[in-house]
Amino acid sequence: MIGALFKRDLGRFFPFASAAGGGGAALPVVFFVAVAMLYPFAVGPDANLLARTGGGVVWIAALLAAILPLEKLVAQDIELGTFDQLRLRGVTEEVMMAVRLAAHWLSFGPPLILAAFPSAALLNLDSATLQLLLLGLVAGTPGLAAIGLIIAALTASLRTGAALSGLLLVPLALPILIFGAGALARQDAASIGFVAAISLLLVALAPFAAGAAIRAAREV
Amino acid sequence: MSRFCLTLCAMQEDASPNLTAKSLACRRGDRLLFKGLSIAIAGGEALHLTGANGTGKTTLIRTLAGLTTPFAGEVERVGAVGLVDERPALDPDLALGRALAFWQRVDGCNDPSKALAVLGLEPLLEVPVRYLSTGQRKRAGLAALLNRGAPIWLLDEPLSGLDVAAIEQVTALIADHVSGGGIALIASHQALAIEGLRTLELGDFVPTEEPA
Repeated sequence: MIGALFKRDLGRFFPFASAAGGGGAALPVVFFVAVAMLYPFAVGPDANLLARTGGGVVWIAALLAAILPLEKLVAQDIELGTFDQLRLRGVTEEVMMAVRLAAHWLSFGPPLILAAFPSAALLNLDSATLQLLLLGLVAGTPGLAAIGLIIAALTASLRTGAALSGLLLVPLALPILIFGAGALARQDAASIGFVAAISLLLVALAPFAAGAAIRAAREV
Repeated sequence: MSRFCLTLCAMQEDASPNLTAKSLACRRGDRLLFKGLSIAIAGGEALHLTGANGTGKTTLIRTLAGLTTPFAGEVERVGAVGLVDERPALDPDLALGRALAFWQRVDGCNDPSKALAVLGLEPLLEVPVRYLSTGQRKRAGLAALLNRGAPIWLLDEPLSGLDVAAIEQVTALIADHVSGGGIALIASHQALAIEGLRTLELGDFVPTEEPA
């Protein structure tokens, strides 16, 4: 049962997974690369400046790209009644959300990490910075996915949920950004440990918080 | 009326199903819909839930299903619950066959063809769910219910949007389910031709002053 659920979630969210269902799922990655592409045009082709500030820009792009998939993440299945039907089959909301978190991260984290390569080339990042950037994204994207899931579940029953979730994600994602981008500025891998710790906490928390949120959404 | 002797995916539980609610009170928002409502349905019984719009039929069904907690009272269920409401829980972007296949995998149903044939869904399997009409969507939801093999059926307006032939078909399916030892609770504004059907009418709840 869990396998079927995971397969369905992945099919809905993974970019290019299928002609039907996966529409728009590639947008975060395209958006991410687009920011890296636009930045040199905005600040000018100063290679040193780009190399010094480029890593931070990639982090901001990753954070903003995490907002894009939130709209479809939870609200649609509440509307369709999928969560209700699963509940009747004995699947708890926590399990549904844990499966969704895994599918959401897989459809958003690894594509973003891969897209960091062309972005690094566009921003003239050296190999040491790229290495720290990739490590940071590996550690940080699960946390971004977890924050996104919690926010998507909390705002699912609100009419202006989509706009609100973008605003809510920014402050909550701040610790990940500070330590993730901070590692690049100081060329210090230690703060990536903090990013990983924050992510771990968020990933452990997210299924319970999001599960409670969709249970509460029924009681209106 | 012809009876369909369906050997659908076997019922999940052999024990006699049971659905009871004791002195139930439900509210929606700040409004109390009803209170002191008791229901007892045993296997082989069907209950027709009627009442004007807004009297709490859907809320009662969702409470009986265990999706919402009652304001007061308790609900007891013996046996798995199958719910059909206005949302068929099928991905709108997928073809009907693939959308239904997800629930078949979840329910462990190996042979969905009979339910699809009875409800006349076979020609629609390649059509994306979002292109289906209201009645076709309703029939798809009922097919998922049949494939589930749950002994307790909670049906919220199962006949709305259906054509005359489909209404007859679905009524027969419900009658068949009940005569096979299942439970059916049907909220509907339409008359149902099912033998031994009891009726429960939800009225407007009028709050009374508690004596001081």
